[in-house]
Amino acid sequence: MSLFLIAALPFLGAILPALLIRAGRNASSSAAGAVSLLAFIGLLLNAPAVLRGEVVTAKLTWLPGIGLNANFMLDGLGLLFAGLILGIGLLIILYARFYLSREDPMGQFYTYLLLFQGAMVGIVLSDNILLLLIFWELTSLSSFLLIGYWKHLPEGRQGARMALAVTGSGGLAMIAGMLILGNIVGSYDLSVILQNKALIQSSPYYVPALILILIGCFTKSAQFPFHFWLPHAMAAPTPVSAYLHSATMVKAGLFLMARMWPVLAGTEIWFYIVATTGLVTMLLGAIIANFKDDLKGLLAFSTVSHLGLITMLLGIGTPIAAMAAIFHIINHATFKAALFMSAGIVDHETHTRDIKRLGGLRHLMPITFTIATIASLSMAGIPPFNGFLSKEMMLEETTHTLWANSHYLLPVIAVLAAVFSAGYSFRYIAHVFLGPKRSDYPATPHDPGPGLWLSPAFLVVLVVLIGLFPNAIVGPLVESATAAVVNDAHPPHFHAKLWHGFTPALYMSMAAIAGGLLVLYAHARLERGWLAARRPEAKQIFDSLMGAATRTSRVITDTLHDGALTRYAAIFVLFSLSLAGYAYFSGTTVTPARGTTDASALPILAWVCLVGATLCVVFFHRNRLLSLVVMGIIGLIVSLSFNYLSAPDLALTQISVEVVTIILLLLALNFMPQETPVESTTGRRFRDAVLAIGGGVGVAGLAYAIMTSNSVFPTISEFHLANSYKGGGGTNVVNVILVDFRGFDTFGEIIVLGIAAIIIYAITEAILSSRVRARLLNRKPTFPQAGDAHPLMMVVATRVMMPIALMVAAYIFFRGHNMPGGGFVAGLIAAIAVIMQYMASGFGWATERQRLPYHGIIGSGVLIAAMTGMGAWFNGMPFLTSAFGYIHLEPLEEFEWATAALFDLGVFLAVVGAVMLALESLARYAWQPGIASEHPMDINPERDDALDELQES
Amino acid sequence: MNHWIVAPIVLPAVIAPFIIMVIRYHLDLQRIFSVASIVALNIIAVVLLMQASTGEIQVYELGDWPAPFGIVLVLDRLSAMMVLLTTLLSLAVVLYVIGSGWDARGRHFHALLQFQLMGVLGAFLTGDAFNLFVFFEVLLIASYGLMIHSGGGKRLAAGVQYVVYNLLGSTLFLFALGTLYAVTGTLNMADLAARVAELPADDTALLRVGAVLLLLVFAIKAAVLPLHFWLPASYANAPLPVAALFAIMTKVGAYAILRFYTQVFGPDVAATEGLVGDWLLPAAMLTLAVGAIGILGAKEIGRLMAFGAIASMGTLLIAISLFTPQGAAAAMYYMIHSTLTAGLIFLIADLIMERRGGAIVPHRPMPQIGLIASLYFVAAIALAGMPPLSGFVGKLLVMDAARDAGLGDTTWVIWAFILVSSLVTIVGLARAGSILFWKSYDPDFVNELESDALPKIDEETRIEPDPLETAPEPMPALSFVAAFGLLIGLVLLTVLSGPVLDYTTATADQIFDRAAYLETVLKRP
Repeated sequence: MSLFLIAALPFLGAILPALLIRAGRNASSSAAGAVSLLAFIGLLLNAPAVLRGEVVTAKLTWLPGIGLNANFMLDGLGLLFAGLILGIGLLIILYARFYLSREDPMGQFYTYLLLFQGAMVGIVLSDNILLLLIFWELTSLSSFLLIGYWKHLPEGRQGARMALAVTGSGGLAMIAGMLILGNIVGSYDLSVILQNKALIQSSPYYVPALILILIGCFTKSAQFPFHFWLPHAMAAPTPVSAYLHSATMVKAGLFLMARMWPVLAGTEIWFYIVATTGLVTMLLGAIIANFKDDLKGLLAFSTVSHLGLITMLLGIGTPIAAMAAIFHIINHATFKAALFMSAGIVDHETHTRDIKRLGGLRHLMPITFTIATIASLSMAGIPPFNGFLSKEMMLEETTHTLWANSHYLLPVIAVLAAVFSAGYSFRYIAHVFLGPKRSDYPATPHDPGPGLWLSPAFLVVLVVLIGLFPNAIVGPLVESATAAVVNDAHPPHFHAKLWHGFTPALYMSMAAIAGGLLVLYAHARLERGWLAARRPEAKQIFDSLMGAATRTSRVITDTLHDGALTRYAAIFVLFSLSLAGYAYFSGTTVTPARGTTDASALPILAWVCLVGATLCVVFFHRNRLLSLVVMGIIGLIVSLSFNYLSAPDLALTQISVEVVTIILLLLALNFMPQETPVESTTGRRFRDAVLAIGGGVGVAGLAYAIMTSNSVFPTISEFHLANSYKGGGGTNVVNVILVDFRGFDTFGEIIVLGIAAIIIYAITEAILSSRVRARLLNRKPTFPQAGDAHPLMMVVATRVMMPIALMVAAYIFFRGHNMPGGGFVAGLIAAIAVIMQYMASGFGWATERQRLPYHGIIGSGVLIAAMTGMGAWFNGMPFLTSAFGYIHLEPLEEFEWATAALFDLGVFLAVVGAVMLALESLARYAWQPGIASEHPMDINPERDDALDELQES
Repeated sequence: MNHWIVAPIVLPAVIAPFIIMVIRYHLDLQRIFSVASIVALNIIAVVLLMQASTGEIQVYELGDWPAPFGIVLVLDRLSAMMVLLTTLLSLAVVLYVIGSGWDARGRHFHALLQFQLMGVLGAFLTGDAFNLFVFFEVLLIASYGLMIHSGGGKRLAAGVQYVVYNLLGSTLFLFALGTLYAVTGTLNMADLAARVAELPADDTALLRVGAVLLLLVFAIKAAVLPLHFWLPASYANAPLPVAALFAIMTKVGAYAILRFYTQVFGPDVAATEGLVGDWLLPAAMLTLAVGAIGILGAKEIGRLMAFGAIASMGTLLIAISLFTPQGAAAAMYYMIHSTLTAGLIFLIADLIMERRGGAIVPHRPMPQIGLIASLYFVAAIALAGMPPLSGFVGKLLVMDAARDAGLGDTTWVIWAFILVSSLVTIVGLARAGSILFWKSYDPDFVNELESDALPKIDEETRIEPDPLETAPEPMPALSFVAAFGLLIGLVLLTVLSGPVLDYTTATADQIFDRAAYLETVLKRP
C-alpha cells in the first residue's frame, strides 16, 4: 500500500466515527478500528521490503518554492514506530469502546484519536522535515482535544492547555531549528540531510539548530525541565493516557532524536545535553513516581523516567546504545500501555485511582492483577520479562561511558534511578493488589468483561514472549530500526539474552532490585520525609506564570488601548510630525529660487481675521454655538482667499459648502449641551497645546516649503490647460477637469456625498427606532421658544426667493463648462433654496409639498452620472469618455451640447439629494407632537379672521 | 479597449444607487440584487485574474485621456489577485449577513455594502494617486456606515473614533498628495515613479516628506503600530460580519504600501533611502507583538478577534517591509491567508456572539456548539499559524524570506517575534476556546454565572422591532455555509500552495520590474 494512503487513511477515516455514532457505539468504534486496521495492514505489506533493508518512498511535490514536499519514506525506524502507533492504536480502540461510558461522546473521541493517529504516522513516515513539522504540531493540537476530552473537568481543561503550551512552544522552537538545519544543507528532505553529517556539524549554526530541535524533542518527550505537563495530561481518559502518554506521542521526541541521530549525534555538545538531560529526567521521574498516590500519576512519572532512560541512551551516541534505546522503546511501549490500561480498569471498577484507598485487589480482580503484575515486574527489570533485557543493556552501556571524566558517576546514578524505578514498580503491585482486602472501596471491584482486559492481556503476552525469545520476535525489527538510526546498513548485531553470565550489569540489576524492595519497605518513612520537604510544584509555577502573563497582557492592552481618542490622536500627531521632520531633515535642500510675494493690505487684513477667528475658536470652544459662528467666519475668509487668488470656482463652491455645513451643524447642535464640559487636566491641555502648535507649525512649514520650492518638472495641468477647449469642449478648465479629465474622481466624490447622506438617514432610523425616541419626544426645550416659529415675513420672503434661487442654480449649472460654476455649486444653491422653505415654513409643511423622495434623487444622480459614463462604451470608448458638439438653431445663437453636461446633471442631483436627505434626517430628531402645524405660518391674520367668522356664524 | 477592468467598479456603483432609488423598502429584492452583483463581481474577478496571469499589464484610460493626464486603471497580477480576494470574501460575508438576518437590523446595508466594494475594488485597480484618495474616501465613508449599522450606544461611540481617526489619515493623505504634486507635478503613479527616479539628488527633502506622509496614511489603514489605535474598538463594536468584511480593509493599506514602496519609492530609489523599511520593520514586529498580547488578555470575543487581525497584519507587514521580491511573494501569499482567516474568525465570533453574548465567560452550551467549536478550532489554528493550514505555510514563507533578505542578525529577532507570537496566540486562543466551549459543560460554573454574567444589552439604544415590519426568519444554515466556505478557501490555499506561490512569485517579480510598468502605463518605449 502506498505510504500516502497509510498516512492519509486515519485522516480520511476520522470523520467516520463522528458520523456513525448516530448508528450506535459499536458502529463508531468498529469504523475507527477498521480504519486503523487497514492502515496497519498497509504497513505490514511494506514490512518485508523494509526488513530486507530497502527504504520505501513516496514523493509528491507540494510547495517546491520553499522545499516543502509531501515526501514519505519507510525505513526500519519508521516501520517500528508506525507499527507501534497503529498496532497499539488498534488495542486502544478496542479498550476505549468498553472504557467510555454512555454519557461520553464516543464519536468525537474516535475522531480525535484517528486525527492523532494520522499525525503520529505522518511524523514517523515523513521524509521532509517541514512536513514532519506539520505533523508534529498536529499531534500537539489533536492531543489538546484528547486531553480536554472530558470538558466538564477543570483538570482536563487545564491539563490540555498546559500540554499545548509546553509542546506547542517546543514545536515552534523546532520550526526555527529545522529551518536553520534545512538552510545549512540546502534541502529539507531528510534523505538529503542525513547524508550531510560533516557539513552540518561543521556549520556555525549547528549549535543553535541542535538546541532548538532538542527543545522540541524534550518538550514532547517530557524531559526535564519540561516534564511537568505529562502528569497533568493524565486528566485525559485512560485510553488516551495509555496511547499518547506512554506508547506514542511522548515517544515522538525520542523518534526525532533517533531520526536525526546520524547527523546531530556524536559531538560533545550532543552528548552532554542529551545524555545529561536523560539522566536527570530518569532519576527525577523515578523518585517522584514513588510518592504519587494517583495511579496514573505514578505511571506518568514512571513514563517520564523511562523516557529519560531512552534519551540518555540516545545521548550516549554509540550504535550499541542506540540499539538499546530502540529495544527499550518497544519494551516500554508494551508494558507501559498495559499498565495504563490496567490502571484504567482499576479506576473503572473501583471508581478511584487513589493508591491510599486501594489494596487487596488480587482476590477481587485476579485477571487485572495478573496483567498488572507481569507488566510491573517487567518495568522493574525482573527477568524473564522484556524490561529486564533492555534495562540490562542500558546498565551495561553506562559502564562503558565516561561522563564528567568519571567512569563511575553515570553507572551509579543509573543504578540509583533503577532502584527507585523498581521501588515504584513494586509499590504498584504491593499497594494496589496485595495486602488485606478492604471494605471501603468506593465501588465493589470485580474483573471487567474481556473487552477491557483483552488489550492489556495481549500486550503482557508480548512482554513475556519478547522476554523469552527476544531475537526471534523483535530481532530483525530492532536491527532494521537501529540500522536506520545509525545510518549504517550493517548495525551491530542484536543479541539479547536473559543470561550473560556474571557481568557488571547483572550486579547492577540485582542491586537495583534489592534497593527497590528496600524503597518499598521504607515507603512510609520516605514519604513522610518527601511530604515534609519543600518542593517546587510545577503546576503552581506554571499557573502563576500563565496568570501573570494574562494579567500583564491585559494591563498592557488596556493601558495602550484605553479608548481615549485624544490620546490616540496625540500619538498620531507626534508620530507623524517626528517622521515627517526626520524625512525632511535627512533629505537635501537647495536654496529656493522662487521669491515671496509682497503682502498688500487686503491679505494682511484677511490673515488677521483668520488668525483672530481661529484663536477665538480655541478660547471659546466650550460655547458651541459661538464657536460655530466663528467657524463660519473662517470659512468665509477661506472662500475670499480663493477668490483673491483667482480661483472663483473654488470660492463659489467653498462658500456654498460653508452655508450648508453651518446649517447642518446648527441642526446637530440642537441636540447637544450648550457648553462643552471641562474634562481634561491642565497638564493634558498643555500637552494638547504643544502638539497642536507643533502640528500647525509643521503644516505651515510644509506649505511654505512647497510654495517656495523649485519646480523641477512640468506639471500635468499644462496639458489640461492646453486641451480643455480642444478636447473637453469647455473653457473653464476647472470644470473640464471635474467632469472630464478627472470625471472619475468626481464620480467617486458624489458617491461619497450620497453615502454620507444615506448613513445619516440610517443612523436616524436606528436611533429613532430605539428608546431614545421616547426621550426625544418628551424633551423640554432649554430655552423659551419663540412664539412665532415661522414668521410671516420670512415665509413670504423665502417663497419669493425660491424661483430666483433656482434660476441662479440653473444659470450656474449651465455656464459651468465655460465659466465658474457647475453641477456641484448649482446643486448646493438649489438645496439652499429648498432648505429656506424648510426653515421658514416648517418641516411638516415643506415635506408635504416635496413629492420626490430624496433617496431617489441621490440614486438618480449617481445613476445618471454612471449611465453617462457607460454611454461611451456603446461608442467603443472607455468609461466616461465625453463627447460634445455645437448646434445652431435659429433664432438662437449657436450653442454647445456635451455629454459632460449630463454627467454634471448627475452631480447636481446627487448633491441636492444628499444635502436634503441629511437635513431631513437631522430634522426628524426634533419632531415632537404638536410641533408641525398644518399651516406654513403660525400667525396669520387672515386665518384668524376666518376662524372668528366661523365662530360667529 | 478591455472594459472588464472598469466593470468591478461600475457594477457596484450602479447596483447601489439602484437599490437606494428603487428597492429601498424591499429587503428580499435587495438581497437578490446584492448577491447577484457579488456573484457577477466574482465572475469578473476570475476573468481579470485569467487575463492578468498572462503577465501582461493592461491599462484602462478613463475618459480616453492618456496617462498621466487622465486617470488610468491598471490591471496587473497584484491588482487582479486583490480584486478576486475581495469578491470572494464579500460573497461569504453577504451570505452570512443574509443568513443571520443582520441586514434587517438597520437601513441600507446592501447599498452600503456595494459602495464599500466599489471603494475597495477601485483602490486596488486605480493607477492614479489622487484617484486612490477618492476610493479611500469611498471605502472609508461606506465602511463607517456599515460599522454603525443598526446603531447602539457603544457602536456609535466606537464609530466616532473610527471615523475621526481615519479622517486624520485622510487629511494626511491630502498633505502627502499636495507635497508630491508640488515636487513632481503629477499624480499618475507610473509618472510619479518616473519623475521620482529622475529627481536631482540635491533637492530631496520635500519628496521625502511626501513619501513618508503617504506611508503613514497607508500605515493607518494597515493598522501598523502606533497608528493602529482605531482598530480594536471599531472592529469589536462593529456588527461582526462587517468586521469580517473589514479584513480586506486593512489589506488595502498593506496593498498600497506594497504598490507604492516598490514601484514608486522602491528600495532602489536613492531619494527616499532609509525612509521606509527602517522603521516599518520594527513597527510591524511590534504590531505583531501587540496583537498577540491582546489575544492573550482578551475578555471579549470581538476584541479577541480584533487583536487577532492586528497580529495577522503584523506578520504581513514584516514580510512587506523586507522589500525584496521573495518577501513580497511571501507577503502576498500571507495576504490571502490573512484575509480569509480574519473574515472567518469574525464570522465565528458573530456566531458565538449571537448565541451567548460576547463576554468570554462560561455560559450554558449554546445551540450548534459542536459545529461552532470545530470552526473555532480550525480558525484558531489558522490564526496562530499552526500546521497544517496556510498560516503555517505563510509563516514559513515569511521566515524564509526574512532569512534571505540579508538582514544579518535581525533575522533572528524577526523569527523570535513570529514564533513567540504564535505561541502566545495559540495559548490565548486555547484559553478563550476552553472557556467558551468546554467550561460551558462544567456544572459548577454555569449555574452561578447564568444570571449575571451575560453582557447587558445597551437598553436605551436597543432597536425595538417595528411591529408592522416582519423581520425575515434567520437562516443559520446559510451562515454556516458562509463560514465553511471561507474555511474551505483556507484548505484550498494550503493544498494549492505550490501554484499560489508560483503566482505570487510572478507577481512579486512583476511589481519589482518598474521599467515594464512605466512602459505600459506611460506608453514609453
